[in-house]
Amino acid sequence: MQQTKKPSPKRSMAVATPTKNPAPSVSSMISISDFCAWYSDFQALHNLNLEIPEKRVTAFIGPSGCGKSTLLKWVNRMNDEIPGARAEGSISLPDREILASSTDVVALRRRIGIVFQKPNPFPKTIYDNIAFGPRLHFSGLTKSDLDDLVKWSLQKAALWNEVKDRLHKSALGLSGGQQQRLCIARAIAIGPEILLMDEPCSALDPASTAKIEDLIFELRQQYTIVIVTHNMQQASRCSDRTAFFYEGKIIEEGATEDVFTRPKEKQTEDYVSGKFG
Amino acid sequence: MNSTEPITSPPKPEHTFRSLSGVYAREWVVKTLLAVCSVLSIFVTLAIIYVLFFEASRFFEADEVTFYDFITGTKWNPLIGADKHFGVWALVSGTLWVSLVAMIVALPLGLITAIYLSEYAHPNVRAVLKPTLEILAGIPTVVYGFFALTIITPGLQLLHGGFQTFNVTGAGIAVGILCLPIVSSLVEDALRAVPRSLREGAYGLGATKFEVSTKVVVPAALSGIISAFLLAISRAIGETMIVALAAGTRPHLTIDPREDTQTMTGWMVQMALGDVSNFDLSYLSMYAVAAVLFVITLLLTFAGNLVRTRFREEYQ
Repeated sequence: MQQTKKPSPKRSMAVATPTKNPAPSVSSMISISDFCAWYSDFQALHNLNLEIPEKRVTAFIGPSGCGKSTLLKWVNRMNDEIPGARAEGSISLPDREILASSTDVVALRRRIGIVFQKPNPFPKTIYDNIAFGPRLHFSGLTKSDLDDLVKWSLQKAALWNEVKDRLHKSALGLSGGQQQRLCIARAIAIGPEILLMDEPCSALDPASTAKIEDLIFELRQQYTIVIVTHNMQQASRCSDRTAFFYEGKIIEEGATEDVFTRPKEKQTEDYVSGKFG
Repeated sequence: MNSTEPITSPPKPEHTFRSLSGVYAREWVVKTLLAVCSVLSIFVTLAIIYVLFFEASRFFEADEVTFYDFITGTKWNPLIGADKHFGVWALVSGTLWVSLVAMIVALPLGLITAIYLSEYAHPNVRAVLKPTLEILAGIPTVVYGFFALTIITPGLQLLHGGFQTFNVTGAGIAVGILCLPIVSSLVEDALRAVPRSLREGAYGLGATKFEVSTKVVVPAALSGIISAFLLAISRAIGETMIVALAAGTRPHLTIDPREDTQTMTGWMVQMALGDVSNFDLSYLSMYAVAAVLFVITLLLTFAGNLVRTRFREEYQ
C-alpha cells in the first residue's frame, strides 16, 4: 500500500488527528449497557451489554435478523429516521450519551462515520463525493486544502491510484468494489473517530472483498471500527474482537480468536462451525 | 385391504390436444388489433399535422403575406383597415410574457412544495396536501380565467393602479396556479425516485435534512425536475381559456406586464369563434399561428427528452 501522509490543512476547526502508531491501551470507546431496541411492537434487541475498544476492529456476527445492524444503526442514530424505532438503555462515548435527546446527531455523525451494505456513492464526481462531508463541516477550506484532503482520503482507502486520472468523472462509473472504497474514503474525509460498517462486502466479488478487508485492517490503526458481517472468515480475518448475536441477544463476546476456536457457548460453536446460520 | 389392483402408472384421461391453428389465429387477431389501435393514434397525429401545415401554406400563398414578414414582423393587424400586418412576434411575445409570469409563479412554488411533500411532510400531512393540490389540476380552466379576471386583476389593481382590466400578470398568475400541481406532482415523483440509500449516505456524513434535500436529493433528481419544468412550460404556452378571458384581445409587442396583450392561443380562439368567413386571410392565419405554436411545443418536448436521456443517472 502506498505511503499515506495526512496533509496538515490549515483548518479552523479541530478534527481528530490520527496518529500512525496507536497506543497499545485498549480503553473502551463505546459502552453499551442494558440496551433494548424496538421496531414498533417488535423487540429487536434485549438487554445488551458490550464494550467496544478503541482503535480495534469489533465484528458483529450472527444469522440474519438477529439485530446486529439494528445495534450498529443506533450507534450513530441512523434509526432516528425510521418511524416506530425506539430504544432504552445506554450507548455512550467516553464523553457523552449517544441516546440522549440532547445529543446533536449532526455532531455525532461527524465523529461516527458509517459505510453501508450497498455502495451508495452520490451521483456526483468522485472528487465531489469525497469533498461532500468536508464542505459541510469545515469552514475556511481553500481549494488546495480540499484537494489534499481528497487525495489523502482516497489514498487511505487504497483507491487513489485507480481514480487519480478521473477525479472529475462520475462516481457511478466505478466498479462495485471501487464504489465501496469510495464510500469509505468519503466517510474518513471528515476525520471520524469511529467507523461503522454494515456488511460492507456483501455486495462485492472476492477480489474486492480482499481489498476492503486489507483496508479495514490498515484503518484500525487510526479508527475504532465496528463491522457487521455474515461472513465468518471475514470476521476471523480482520477483527480483534467478535460479538455473536442470536435472536436479539449477545450470546458470546470476546477476542476473535477465542470466539472462533474456543467458544464458551454451544450456540456460538454451532454457528461458527457452520451447523446453522 | 380391499384394494386388489396395484397402482402401476398415473391415470391416463382421454384427451386430445387443442388445435394449434386456432391458437395462432387468436394470437394474430390480438396482435393486429393492438397494432391497429396504435397506428390509429399515430394516424390522427399525422393528420392534424398535415392539416395544420397544409392550411398554413395556403396562408403564405396569399399576396399580402410573406413567410419572412410573418416570422420576423412585430405588428399583428389582420382585421381592421387596409394596411394589414401579419407579424407573429406580436402574438408570440404575448404568449412568452404570460408563460414567463406563470413560470415565475409555478416553478419555485412547485419545486418547494415537492421538496416539502417528498422530504419533510409527515405521511398524514401528505395524505391531505397531495389530493388537495390535485384538485387544483381538476378545476376547469374557464374557472381560472374567471378567477383571474374577477379576483387576481382587481387584487393587482389594489396594489398598483397601473394594471389594466385585461393584463399579462393576472392571466400569468392564473396559468401559474394551473401549472403548480403539474410541477409539484412530477417533481415529487422525481424526488421520491431517488434511492433511500443516497439519503442515508448523506445523513451518515452528518448532513441536516435541508442539506440532504438540496445537496443530494435535488441534484440526483435533476433530470426529472427539468423535464417536469419543460412539461409545465409547454402547458403554459398552450393554455387557452385563461388567456382568452383574462389577457385581452390586443396583439402588440409590449414589455409592460400591466398591459393587455393577446397570445397565439388567444388569437386562435378569436378566429375560431368569430364571424370571419372561412377563406378569409385572417382565418387562415390561425393555421399559421397554430403551426408556430406546434413547433414551439414540439421543440420543448424534444428538449425534455434530451434532458431525460442525457442527464439521467443510473442507479443499480
